[in-house]
Amino acid sequence: MLHILRARLHQQYRTYPFPEKKPVLSQRYTGRPLIKGDGCVTDCSACAQVCPVGAISRSSAGKPVIDLGRCIFCHACEAACPAGLISFSSEFALATSNKEDLIVNSDKFNIASALPEEYKRLFGRSMKLRQVSAGGCNACEADCNVLNTPAFDLARFGIQFVASPRHADGLLITGPVTQNMKLALVKTYEALPSPKIVIATGACAISGGLFRDNPEVNNGVGDIVPVDLYIPGCPPNPWTILDGMLRLMGRI
Amino acid sequence: MKKHAKIKNSAMVNIAAVQTVDNQQFKTDLAAFVADGCRISAMFLLPGADQKVIYAAVSDDRDGSISLLATPCQKEFASLTPDMPQAHWFEREIHEIHGIEMPGHPWLKPIRFMPAADAKEEVLPGVTSYFEVSGEEIHEVAVGPVHAGIIEPGHFRFQCHGEKVLHLEIELGYQHRGIERAMLRGQPHQNRRLVEVIAGDSTIAHSIAYAMLIEALHGLKPDKSAELVRGVALELERMANHTGDLGALAGDVGFLPTSAYCGRIRGDILNTTAVLCGNRFGRGMVSPGGIGCSFDKTIADTVLERLVPIEADLRSAISLIWNTPSAVSRFEETGCVSRADATAIGLVGPAGRASGLPVDIRNSHPFGAYRKHKPEVPVGRNGDVFWRARIRWLELKDSLRLIREMLAEVGDVAVAPAFSLPAAPDSMAIALTEGWRGEVCHVAVTDKSGRLLNYKIVDPSFHNWYGLALSLRNQEISDFPLCNKSFNLSYCGHDL
Repeated sequence: MLHILRARLHQQYRTYPFPEKKPVLSQRYTGRPLIKGDGCVTDCSACAQVCPVGAISRSSAGKPVIDLGRCIFCHACEAACPAGLISFSSEFALATSNKEDLIVNSDKFNIASALPEEYKRLFGRSMKLRQVSAGGCNACEADCNVLNTPAFDLARFGIQFVASPRHADGLLITGPVTQNMKLALVKTYEALPSPKIVIATGACAISGGLFRDNPEVNNGVGDIVPVDLYIPGCPPNPWTILDGMLRLMGRI
Repeated sequence: MKKHAKIKNSAMVNIAAVQTVDNQQFKTDLAAFVADGCRISAMFLLPGADQKVIYAAVSDDRDGSISLLATPCQKEFASLTPDMPQAHWFEREIHEIHGIEMPGHPWLKPIRFMPAADAKEEVLPGVTSYFEVSGEEIHEVAVGPVHAGIIEPGHFRFQCHGEKVLHLEIELGYQHRGIERAMLRGQPHQNRRLVEVIAGDSTIAHSIAYAMLIEALHGLKPDKSAELVRGVALELERMANHTGDLGALAGDVGFLPTSAYCGRIRGDILNTTAVLCGNRFGRGMVSPGGIGCSFDKTIADTVLERLVPIEADLRSAISLIWNTPSAVSRFEETGCVSRADATAIGLVGPAGRASGLPVDIRNSHPFGAYRKHKPEVPVGRNGDVFWRARIRWLELKDSLRLIREMLAEVGDVAVAPAFSLPAAPDSMAIALTEGWRGEVCHVAVTDKSGRLLNYKIVDPSFHNWYGLALSLRNQEISDFPLCNKSFNLSYCGHDL
């Protein structure tokens, strides 16, 4: 007993006061990309060529456009752009309510908004989620799991990952939705009582990520079930996931 | 025995040098290797223009060699499994991908439920015949694919008599994403990223294996400091996962202090990996030819500084469990896998070591920084949950030592430059690394223009899933979570 108490004293209280205080991520962390206005070199596609997931295209105005739904934040484009138009900031708040909002072509970003009032009344103070990995590589899963540790202490926000879809208000999906998991995903979604919400977490779940267009996968959740929150990243940082959830609940 | 091609880890050989022998000779020689204590690290079929050839890569842990055997195969191949149980999963894989019949195989059925190339009907995952025990009071428990926790999908069927599990059968494949096929279509800048997501928690182990293959095929020589940084990243990966597992094991027996502390400490270790490359799982860390992000003394110092509280917290959190008899007694004699069984099915990594097999690629087939920096290879006695936990703790402490030793020697490293295409033509290269779960094996074969013709990935989970099934024999069904966590295998690493 004494050794347990001694360890308790040693380990201290480590829960981070989020969202009141913003956590500091590693110096090399690559968060939300910022794209500068002018100077894109004509006939240059250096950024698109180095992108492993085809997340970059050029807008009609001749500017790079990044789809954060596909982006794995490897920031290869940053070094490749001869005009230095692309840079990755340390901003980790990346979740959006709509897929279109994931398309970034400037320094502006339309971050996720709270659920409609009726949903917010139901889920704003208590949100139980069922997690389904549908081809996830265990990185997104691990960064969801970590939210249960004392550092994040997910339960203090009334959010909990539950064991059965029958107990859940929403589904948090990871992975590109393999052909072999599609049916199980749909059945799990159907087993959730209505009204229900869906969170697509990670590049795979949003767009198929690195597996996009493989015949073995479905390019993410797509139209298989309706999505209420998109959390980009490969994998998203745990703070990105938590931030997105709290925005959805109207608590940030 | 006929003389077979023999290479070292992360080396290549001209494919013509791997001479084929007839099926009988192949079987006799492979059996001789296995009887001599060698392990089958990879076995796969290469569909050629004129004939199909089955290749086997056999690792000898004593001299660090890898022997390559080959035999032609048409529609049928007499199964090796009755004589060499460690071939069973490889044969099922070849049967599933290429439709080869394997007469004599005791349990020939799909392992991934892949849509076959010529499939006319839809393949339904998990829909197959299962081993069934029948009799009065026998019942069956089916679990998954969707499990209760935040965990990947798989299907488990327990044949039970009361609480006692007579047999557990594991069917996977739900995570199949077609990685091996995608590698053949991908460009180098894509493949480098693809190997990082074979199993997200083993990003470094798999990306080093890939880098070693590309380096062998392209004649690249990574800088010594770059190899040290890779070693540091691999040990951090091992530390993070072992810490998480020890915490989860404590959680599964209801010992919450260690569980809560380890969950947080694991995060501190992942954040230390992020100091190196910005990503907690080491994405972008390794690049063929060296590393994918620059390294300097400031980073080395930051890592060393962070390791101090991590070590203190780990010692505090984990010594708790060893000093709590009620927790330890729950680990002891639970889910035993005997040394004989572990050898027969070819267990690797901490699970193999817990059963008494001193297999560790860092030691037997040293690569990169491990040529100089040798790990200790602790082995257990009876392959129970206790030893699978204990081995992790011993390795954790050793990883701390290795990281400090490596960082004491490392110099500044710049980002590896792009390499020129193509690779050596008509060649086969093989790379072995020791991830936290055990041996990671990648084999690449190139065609006459140096393009990838075949890319084989063997995650340690591929060898070890059957070990989990064996550990449940005659255990209570309530021991499953504990046994499962003590192996903590990868679903996607298996399903690819």
